[in-house]
Amino acid sequence: MADKVLMKGNEAIAEAAIIAGCRHYFGYPITPQTEVAAYMAKRMPKIGGCFLQAESEIAAINMVYGVASTGHRVMTSSSSPGISLKGEGLSYLAGADLPALVVNVQRGGPGLGGIQPSQSDYFQATKGAAHGDFHMLVLAPSSVQEMADLTVKGFELADKYRMTSMILADGTMGQMMEPVSLDYKIAPPPEKPWATTGTKLEREHNIVNSLFLVPEKLEEENFKRYEKYKYIEDNETMYEEYMMDDAEICLVAFGIAARVAKNAISEARKAGIKAGLIRPITLWPFPKAVIKAASQKVKAIISVELSMGQMIEDVCLASEGRVPVTLCNRAGGMIPSPKQVLQAIIDANNGGVK
Amino acid sequence: MITMNYKRITLLCGHYGSGKTNIAVNMALDLRKQYTDVAIADLDIVNPYFRTKDSAKELEEAGIKLIASEYAGSNVDIPALPQSMYSLTDDRHTKAIIDVGGDDRGALALGRLSDAIKAENDYEMLLVINKFRPLTPDAVSTAEVMREIEDACRIKFTGLINNSNLGEETTAENVLDSMRYAEEVSSLTGLFLKCTTVNKTIYDELSGKIKNLFRLNLQEKIK
Repeated sequence: MADKVLMKGNEAIAEAAIIAGCRHYFGYPITPQTEVAAYMAKRMPKIGGCFLQAESEIAAINMVYGVASTGHRVMTSSSSPGISLKGEGLSYLAGADLPALVVNVQRGGPGLGGIQPSQSDYFQATKGAAHGDFHMLVLAPSSVQEMADLTVKGFELADKYRMTSMILADGTMGQMMEPVSLDYKIAPPPEKPWATTGTKLEREHNIVNSLFLVPEKLEEENFKRYEKYKYIEDNETMYEEYMMDDAEICLVAFGIAARVAKNAISEARKAGIKAGLIRPITLWPFPKAVIKAASQKVKAIISVELSMGQMIEDVCLASEGRVPVTLCNRAGGMIPSPKQVLQAIIDANNGGVK
Repeated sequence: MITMNYKRITLLCGHYGSGKTNIAVNMALDLRKQYTDVAIADLDIVNPYFRTKDSAKELEEAGIKLIASEYAGSNVDIPALPQSMYSLTDDRHTKAIIDVGGDDRGALALGRLSDAIKAENDYEMLLVINKFRPLTPDAVSTAEVMREIEDACRIKFTGLINNSNLGEETTAENVLDSMRYAEEVSSLTGLFLKCTTVNKTIYDELSGKIKNLFRLNLQEKIK
């Protein structure tokens, strides 16, 4: 499929997953991600794959656990409240070191909230998806093309590190339509000697499990996992720098907020204010180093978010108190306008913290 | 711009994301130039976003009656239809454009009105097609979607609208390239090609090169 097609973000995720070799999808419908499941329902039967609408999100994530144990590429998708339900399963996947892809097309919260876009699951995705010490690789697309690209990347990273990759999108990314190119060269997945594929009486049993009877052994597993996390932080961080070369005001934003920020930056530059953007593409690992470096040369940093201010905590930690960090946000399903972001840039440039 | 001939009811159906809503709004505005009593109805029970209601202000200013769920464009996803939808078949003096939901699932809601529409027998049911959508890239897959919709709503299509586009990146060449696809769909399904719809940005470039070209002003998203 070298030619471009016009796709919804949700469809792009589904098709990219199929191209990446995913033949098992388990999910439960919820707006605004339902098209992922709808697309899979149409495509999977035609290519010998499995689409299964589970009886709940909890069932779906445990089906993911099952297929992941066999070493096959597998995914589920949901939106905010549904991801909360999957929490236990996410922890078990981490405890058993299983690779999987989980998509969260976020909507406004808390609670049942609403169906309009949001980024208020940042804390959940990057810090506290569920109990225990663990991380997921968290990828934040900012276009329909990236919805597809990061899905492929997400499967590759998941297999490479035996972890869950989460695509953290928002309702806008899921619903908007843009032309995409799905011309990927997919490398064969790595060998999975740990997978439960049947011993054929030729090897010891493989056991997939997150229960450890001896606390010293469980501690050792945690230590090993965090060594892996350290390696990932050093090697897999992704971000985009936009007009940062001469920037005096640095915006940090991901997903739809980054697109709004870019528009505001163009307007600010017309008004003579040198603004630029650091767009985290991986939210975990968070691009600390580039934000730290920026904090050594800019006047102020603005975190632009569709939440009450979650990523701003990581921005503050990375910038180590060198410059003021302000929040420009909307919440509950609302999106900051370029005008609102421009005003935040003007305020920051004037040295005033609003 | 062609002068379109309209039946009492024009039904717009197709794969979701094919462009039905934008065409419906533009057709209603076009229809209003020819007739006084015009209504547009949003029968979408599948997709809570990108609704006819997004153009409510423009439609109201043009004097077009909007029949839409009060939940469309709100913060909840409730697949409800307003009781005023029955006026579409009861009030035969009003010319109507009906924007049906995508795919067979969306067309299901139309089934409630299909007997009355067929009994009156003054309608056109148009299949909106876009060759750049991933699940309808050729005539065979498009005809499959067509049959699924017909089965769901129990009305047969009478014509086609070629709305092949790549969103903002659409070039005149893309549309010209799509004409062969539209003709293939036409010959496979036996449906005539009523018009080809293009955004105003490329309309002039294509004018004279394609028969029955219909110019679209794309909906602006509210907020």
